[in-house]
Amino acid sequence: MATETAHAPQTNFNVSNEKMGMWAFLGSELLFFGAFITVYLVYVPRTADGPGPEVFDIPFTSVSTFILLMSSLAMVLALAGMQDGDLRRFRTWTLATALMGLVFLGGQLYEFTLFVQQDGLGLTTSAFSTSFYVLTSFHKVHVAVGVLMLGTLWFMSFTGRIRADGQGTNAVENVGLYWHFVDIIWIIIFTVVYLIPVDLVT
Amino acid sequence: MSAVDDQQRRTGLFQRPSSTAGIKGWLTTTDHKRIGIMYFVAAMIFFMAAGIEALLLRLQLATPEAQVLDSDVYSQMFTMHGVTMIFFAVMPLSAAFFNYLLPLLIGARDVAFPRLNALSLWVFVSGGIFLYSAVFFGGYPDTSWVNYAPIQEVGADPAGYTLEGGVQSNRMLFYSLSIQIAGIASLASAVNFITTTLNMRAPGMTFMRMPVFAWMTLVVSFLMLFAMPIIGVALWQLMFDAGYGGNFFRPGAGGEPILWQHLFWLFGHPEVYILILPAFGIVSEILPTFSRKPLFGYAAVVFSGVAIGFLGFGVWAHHMFTSGLGPVANAAFGLTTMFIAVPTGIKIFNWLGTIWFGSLRYRVPMLFSIGLVAMFTIGGLSGVTHAIVPHNAQQHETYYVVAHFHYVLFGGSVFGLFAGTYYWFPKVFGRMYNERLGQAHFWIQLIGFNLAFGPQHILGLEGMPRRYYTYPPGMGWDLWNLVSTIGGFLIALAVLLFVINLVWSARKGPEAPSDPWDARTVEWLTSSPPPQHNWDVVPTISARDELWHRKYTDEEIPRPVPAGASSDHEQGEADSEHIHLPDPSWWPLVLAIGLPVASWGVVMDSWPVIGGGIALMLFAGVAWGNEPVTEPEPDDVAEPVEP
Amino acid sequence: MTDTHDAQQEQDQQGQHQYPPSTGEYWQIAAILAVLTAVEIGLYYAGQAGMAASVTIPGLIILTILKFVLVVLWFMHLRFDRPVLNRLFIIGLIFAGVLYGIVALITLT
Ligand SMILES: [Cu+2]
Repeated sequence: MATETAHAPQTNFNVSNEKMGMWAFLGSELLFFGAFITVYLVYVPRTADGPGPEVFDIPFTSVSTFILLMSSLAMVLALAGMQDGDLRRFRTWTLATALMGLVFLGGQLYEFTLFVQQDGLGLTTSAFSTSFYVLTSFHKVHVAVGVLMLGTLWFMSFTGRIRADGQGTNAVENVGLYWHFVDIIWIIIFTVVYLIPVDLVT
Repeated sequence: MSAVDDQQRRTGLFQRPSSTAGIKGWLTTTDHKRIGIMYFVAAMIFFMAAGIEALLLRLQLATPEAQVLDSDVYSQMFTMHGVTMIFFAVMPLSAAFFNYLLPLLIGARDVAFPRLNALSLWVFVSGGIFLYSAVFFGGYPDTSWVNYAPIQEVGADPAGYTLEGGVQSNRMLFYSLSIQIAGIASLASAVNFITTTLNMRAPGMTFMRMPVFAWMTLVVSFLMLFAMPIIGVALWQLMFDAGYGGNFFRPGAGGEPILWQHLFWLFGHPEVYILILPAFGIVSEILPTFSRKPLFGYAAVVFSGVAIGFLGFGVWAHHMFTSGLGPVANAAFGLTTMFIAVPTGIKIFNWLGTIWFGSLRYRVPMLFSIGLVAMFTIGGLSGVTHAIVPHNAQQHETYYVVAHFHYVLFGGSVFGLFAGTYYWFPKVFGRMYNERLGQAHFWIQLIGFNLAFGPQHILGLEGMPRRYYTYPPGMGWDLWNLVSTIGGFLIALAVLLFVINLVWSARKGPEAPSDPWDARTVEWLTSSPPPQHNWDVVPTISARDELWHRKYTDEEIPRPVPAGASSDHEQGEADSEHIHLPDPSWWPLVLAIGLPVASWGVVMDSWPVIGGGIALMLFAGVAWGNEPVTEPEPDDVAEPVEP
Repeated sequence: MTDTHDAQQEQDQQGQHQYPPSTGEYWQIAAILAVLTAVEIGLYYAGQAGMAASVTIPGLIILTILKFVLVVLWFMHLRFDRPVLNRLFIIGLIFAGVLYGIVALITLT
């Protein structure tokens, strides 16, 4: 952090432009996911005689939720490594974060194929199925973009754009903010989509 | 620029453009002023395209049962007129002013994210090109700019999905994807201008010293930040419905058409303030300058602007009074809608207070500003009549509504944006526009505008419905429709004079001094046109209307201020400062090209094309991340650069 | 270019907690998050086993908010950061909550 503050840009609010821009963007993303979640909530009971939320596999999703949650821990540890000027720790934890993201994505895709093949819940089945798939898929796209950014950060630590002297801490912090945001969106989706509606419906 | 122009730059993954000359210099520019000019030119091209569409509509409606356009083409034309004007003409025209002026108004050297700024420009342009390419894929969107889903299932190009899959509606996909692309550009701009305004103000430029236009930029940016994601969601859902057999708005499978209306108007009403507030900001700069008085009630103007922005999110259902929301919701939204007239009225009274007893100079920017105050007031008043629920039910879907929003958006936004164009023209090009041609433009436009849209109030109250491609004779609508068409062509003549004036004056006009209007704000402090780094020394702000203060308060005898500098310059420390400017980059342009490519893939239902577009975006994104905003220079290689 | 009025905000920052938190604190937060998630899943199964929805649903909502707040405050450092960032995010949160709340209310009734 020491090197970072020494060269931090002088701004009116004493916070880097990148970080402020990222928080503004995340504020906007709340309205994005909020709309998808609201539409989903309205459509939960509208299964058009197709399968409903009872097809969800709670134990399986709990495991992938746990993995995504722990990837947030890996992300802050990567940032801490960066702030301590320890490039090796940064690389290890960045890679760990990205891998956990990939495992989460794999689990989700596997679950989707089960829904489609075993339960007959396709995108076009009902308002419920469309809103479920689109909501969770947009979250997945966000995770995938995050994984790509983490990979880029990891790569940049070899090309000298991220260095032990603190150069690039800003980028790591901002990618971290994005990653945690994707995580908190999943925290909400997990409860709203997987844990609550079965109670509502039954 | 710096001395490293000719060096090879290798810190990115690929060699970076280093020259700012020629067409390549414009394509790769990250300079907010060049981006602003390109925004303006592109938006004016779309403005004229949408204007030609409007003329076709007016020709068709000039006489009863005319055969200029058939119903299908007519539907495409009025949809394209609306979509183009709103998303590809007026919004980007405002963005042109934000881009060019915001850093100058707050005393910054550039925006917070120069490459993101270039991305906004290219994404907007590629979205417009994508929209107009629809003609090669089965026609333009034809269901009006509000596009009440599931209207994609009827019409000339229906989406014939059953539960098993079927055909997609290409026209609807072009509607959905092109506005989605334009929305991405707006969202990027919003993040950029919010950060710029909050973080990059010159020393001493406190919030309450900011010019009103900078304030309105901030408010509009917040509106875009929170409204664009809402329409983004609605458009994604529409894309899944029209292209992939989704059920978001299909009642047959449990979908809820009313949700489209909610999401659309949750965005749609803030959108009208996104369109009008920049013009309000512009006249709030022009009226004081040409009245030679400070803005009356600066704080009231600023806070009413903020209040409009805030309240604008709470009135959306006044577009849905006839959709059966129930009396409670109707009453509540009728009330909030009337409330929003209060801050708008405050602004109008403050403008009148500014003009009151001023020593007025009726130059073209002033004429257009006064025109805005008068015309917008008419539109605002007819807007209040919409807030009365029973009244609204009577006016719904008639020409009265068309008349109302043209008074607001043309009489308001476009008059304001034209005023701003004349006002800042000398700053941007270093040359004066032709005053007589400008005056002629104003009067022809004012008369043409009132002839075109004034009679539509009457037509609407007489029951003429919107969006119908023709009408039978003997309804009593013939005369006013003819008058309206004549007015439309007068507007076209006025806009033609405008374009001729701009093109001619930019090359041949007499040279302009740095402060031709004896203005009040700091952008007139620097030379006309400003140098690439805007200021040799960033001005220190000590007052609202800083330049006026320097000219008339600091010294007893007003003196001209030297170009490109100020009294700061004389204090010495000047030239030691090393100015870092963002370097040019290809990646915003490359990334923006990926969006329409992927969108064409959706229309063609071709996964390889979609994948190609996405791959192009990812490639450009990674290359972008690996390239610093500003290349390290030989004399300070040690300094870390921001990623 | 720092505004003078930001100076006092800076003092507020230095108050109770040192930035950045130690890695030990990060592990503790992660452990709490894991426990909260376990409780959530437990509540879900309790609901399946017959516990009243009037207990499980508010419980789940409270736990979710807790997790949300923990991640935002600690992992995203909002607790230690400038208030302006807080505001940017909270405005979005309020807009999303209020607007979509009204839409859901109108549509469902
Ligand atoms: Cu409205």
